[in-house]
Amino acid sequence: MLASSTIAALRKGITAGEITPRDIVLDVAKSIEAGNAEIGAYLSWDVEAALAEADRADITKPLGGIPIAVKDNMNVTGQPCTCGSRILAENYTAPYDAGAIQKLRAGGAIPFGRLNMDEFAMGSSTENSALGVTRNPRDLSRVPGGSSGGSAAAVAGDLAVAALGSDTGGSIRQPAALCGCVGIKPTYGRVSRYGLVAFASSLDQIGPVTKTVEDSALLLNHLCGYDAHDSTSLNIEVPDFTATLGQDIKGLRIGLPKEYYIDGIHAGVSACVQAAIRQLESLGAIIEEISLPHTELGVATYYVLAPAEASANLARFDGVRYGHRSSSAGNLLEQYTKSRSEGFGPEVKRRILLGTYMLSSGYYDAYYIRAQKARTLIRNDFTEAFKKVDVIISPTSPTPAHKLGELKDNPLAAYLEDVFTIPVNLAGLPGISLPCGSVELEGKALPVGLQIVGKALDEATVLRVAHAYEQSR
Amino acid sequence: MPEAHQIDINHVAKLARLTLSDEEAARYESQLDGILTYIDTLTRYDLDGVEPTAHAMPVYDVLRADEPRPGFTQEQALSNAPKRIADQIQIPQMIE
Repeated sequence: MLASSTIAALRKGITAGEITPRDIVLDVAKSIEAGNAEIGAYLSWDVEAALAEADRADITKPLGGIPIAVKDNMNVTGQPCTCGSRILAENYTAPYDAGAIQKLRAGGAIPFGRLNMDEFAMGSSTENSALGVTRNPRDLSRVPGGSSGGSAAAVAGDLAVAALGSDTGGSIRQPAALCGCVGIKPTYGRVSRYGLVAFASSLDQIGPVTKTVEDSALLLNHLCGYDAHDSTSLNIEVPDFTATLGQDIKGLRIGLPKEYYIDGIHAGVSACVQAAIRQLESLGAIIEEISLPHTELGVATYYVLAPAEASANLARFDGVRYGHRSSSAGNLLEQYTKSRSEGFGPEVKRRILLGTYMLSSGYYDAYYIRAQKARTLIRNDFTEAFKKVDVIISPTSPTPAHKLGELKDNPLAAYLEDVFTIPVNLAGLPGISLPCGSVELEGKALPVGLQIVGKALDEATVLRVAHAYEQSR
Repeated sequence: MPEAHQIDINHVAKLARLTLSDEEAARYESQLDGILTYIDTLTRYDLDGVEPTAHAMPVYDVLRADEPRPGFTQEQALSNAPKRIADQIQIPQMIE
């Protein structure tokens, strides 16, 4: 089963001449065909196109011949890009490669397969996809998390070697936690957003979902880097993120935010994270309590800024240049309203309405500007904390995976689940989630994720701590 | 910020170029009210004099040389248009 292997192991096999890129693509395709009906991680996959790429893959490159599954909100030439929405499901074929895809290809990787997601990445369970249900491979009655639920379910369910996700408020880390794999959101600006269909432009960031910390580091090496097509892309050097893996963490200072140890954290999640903290301490790390006093503002700030930005970004879906066009519109205004009303699902409409309201005349200062000020306080909290510690640790999600349908009619309850991941996006920092044990529920072991957050641009330390912990278990 | 949120949901929908059924309008109005009440957490903190943050990692004045460069071909740009006519995008008549 090559699909259950890691990038690092497959690369060794390719280099040694034991396996070929074609073998890997065929094996992943076989796994998808066997398992996708149950898990629903993929929306589409083109085996012939991937095999053609595999046969001409340059195996001397660091990711040469490795198929990477892609969340269905990143453009890959000739492939669909539905964003989990009816508005892009019918007639859209990407005419270009996203910046992150160009970089992956330059590293030799093959983009193979399109992964389900909450519509336009709005959600934490993948239940907001208009195009299909994705189930958690660890318990098929439960959600995989979201919005990159397809990415995490594919990797955890061995239907992909590794995948790309995108993270606006936790959408890589939370599904990785709930499915039991590794997911990292890099520092804002590290990875080009060109060709990633925009949700909230000041928060969105692409990152890897993998089986191991090492694989995340390997992928990051080829995802990061300047792209002139994205004006927020950082024009700075990209280190070799694998270089610090294996170094010890003696004397490294780990902060535990006292505000994060709140009511509402599942007891089993809490126990796993406490055990992980003791483990890190036994590896020589120094544990310190810190304070992020404006934590309480995180979710409220996010649910102003993200819908506001989304309502502007999604204005482009008007039925004119691409996407669904209503067949019953008599004039241009009707074409806009009918195409949008037919094409968008309920959560997307809810957030567009919320964002439009908060940006409308008379409310802009009360909501949008106020939230941007709160964002400053949240960012300053982290700046102060990182004067004392090297990384900050918390649960990724306060609870293990919910049952499908459990939070369906309670959007606010679902939003509050993002309490630990959202502040990291607001501050633009790198954060990883990796498995730290499981909670036994109804006879199933549900994975728990440990979140490690680092200073801006210090993915190397985040990966080093994650790797040290992963290897010690 | 007002205590009760007087959302004219149909006005907001009009601004957002969405049409809502009566049932949708009632549901969204009530859900948005709940979410806005939660967002009022922001009013509990004194934010006077705090600088707003638009981007966590701001990059300023990104300009490129004003020179021709390759872009989409006409065919690529039109490849996803729902309706085409004479190498252009066709839309409903808008001028009488």
